[in-house]
Amino acid sequence: MESITEQKNKLSTTIVIENKAIAPGVFVLKYKKVKSFTAGQYIGLTTDLSVTPRLYTIASGENDAEVQVLYNLKDDGWLTPRLSEIKPGSELYVTNPDGDFIDDESPAWWIASGTGIAPYAAMFRSGLLKNKTLIHGGRYDHSFYFEKEFIPVLKENYIRCCSQDKGEGLYHGRLTRYLQDVKELPENCRFFLCGSPEMVVEVRDLLIKRGVEYERIVAEIYF
Amino acid sequence: MAKDTLLGKTLEELIQIVTELKLPKFTAKQIADWLYKKDIISIEEMSNLSLKARTALLENYDLGITASTKVQVSVDGTKKYLYPTAHAHKFIETAYIPDQKRNTLCVSSQVGCKMGCLFCMTGKQGFQGQLSSGEIINQIRSLPERENLSNIVYMGMGEPLDNVPELMKSLEILTSDYGMAMSPRRITVSTIGIIPGMIEFLNHSECHLAVSLHTPFEDERKKLMPVQNVYPIKDVLKIIRDFDFGLQRRISFEYIMFKGINDTPRHVKELCRILDGIKCRINLIRFHPIPDTPLDGSDDATMEDFKEQLTKKGITTTIRRSRGLDIFAACGLLSTKELVKRQEEDF
Repeated sequence: MESITEQKNKLSTTIVIENKAIAPGVFVLKYKKVKSFTAGQYIGLTTDLSVTPRLYTIASGENDAEVQVLYNLKDDGWLTPRLSEIKPGSELYVTNPDGDFIDDESPAWWIASGTGIAPYAAMFRSGLLKNKTLIHGGRYDHSFYFEKEFIPVLKENYIRCCSQDKGEGLYHGRLTRYLQDVKELPENCRFFLCGSPEMVVEVRDLLIKRGVEYERIVAEIYF
Repeated sequence: MAKDTLLGKTLEELIQIVTELKLPKFTAKQIADWLYKKDIISIEEMSNLSLKARTALLENYDLGITASTKVQVSVDGTKKYLYPTAHAHKFIETAYIPDQKRNTLCVSSQVGCKMGCLFCMTGKQGFQGQLSSGEIINQIRSLPERENLSNIVYMGMGEPLDNVPELMKSLEILTSDYGMAMSPRRITVSTIGIIPGMIEFLNHSECHLAVSLHTPFEDERKKLMPVQNVYPIKDVLKIIRDFDFGLQRRISFEYIMFKGINDTPRHVKELCRILDGIKCRINLIRFHPIPDTPLDGSDDATMEDFKEQLTKKGITTTIRRSRGLDIFAACGLLSTKELVKRQEEDF
């Protein structure tokens, strides 16, 4: 049985490089890479060795020198209020990367809500660019994190579904409506879903209803 | 602002409360008696407490005992209770399953669930919040059949090990002498395998553990249960294999049977391989179809054969009887989706 001490021994100490708000209540934390990872994997983070690490999907590329994590500030949470105050140069404790939400070069639709964009950012930044369609759902026009990187490369294969705001290049409506409106869903293509449980179960049901075999759906849920 | 509730507080927390209210320390034990051993519905009824103590409690706390607002009764005697949560105007379901030898209560630990398992109705409503230990205990404390209860299973709405602090407090209250003094051997906590929570639970509780397995193959499990991407079953089994369960504590694996998906001889063989060295039992469960599901349940003959094959290989295997199917109280069907005020959408 793994003891608490053994668990702690698995944590590595790293140094925060940057911690910046990129939208209201949404931050990107950058720290010095400790272990290599595969795009789509997550790490556990904590600022206190006595507190169980919380899990975050890595948003940076596999070859980047730093690891990026995208997080929402949750006022009632334990970690994120502390994380949001953390300064460059501070120590942070991280687990080894882990997880199996991993894509390859075969055709795929990447579907995300909110900070669920993180694994796709990692995949994109790691060079998975061909045969990918990225659909991101958000409430406001500032909810489309990393859009400046995606737009010039993915072009029409990057769809931003904005439920509240209207704007140039935005699809006005929820991403589930967008998916319903799509005339034909591609065959021989996998559908990756990442984000809130509500989005994941709703989109999964919608895809299955539209004839997508559940074996072609890969889901990651934030908890 | 809503007052905090007394129900669900451990003795240590009650001592802290009475200390803050400048009441004698022994008052904490008296309050615990009223909360967990007696049948009151208001603080005023705590008749052995001084007037000063009752007044101080009333000013600062609610009792936290909330009656169910609805009950449905199945033709097989199963009852499904609807409980409002203490403050948030949300609802949870609790299933009471009477049987000849035992009367089991299936309690919820969350409003909705985050885990998104493909076959589960609760998962379809998404996640609306954690239950406090008081809201968990209230499902037992407010149960009309409370006196007849023999077993409690944390298999209702939600993933208990995604709510570890409140789960552990509720287990302490259920099993402590100051609380409901139940044997931990009458309580089973079910999980889909949240590893940090499982380690905490195994180390700090004596209750039984049930793990939702559903297929021994990792690739298949990923498609049924997204958690497999985060906490693979091989890691879950390693922890179980390395843990000393002693003679009395039980580990079981829940296995919902899906036609053509996880009910083949190949699955029997792989189950035997991955469970080798673990003293356990497997509960085979009929799949109860939910809307828009791509899955079908295995037929009775296949289930019987599957059970026989596992039994022959030395694994104790049972087929769980479906209960409360007509009132949607059976395994995987609990949901308060219709009652949930839809959360503001962000996608």
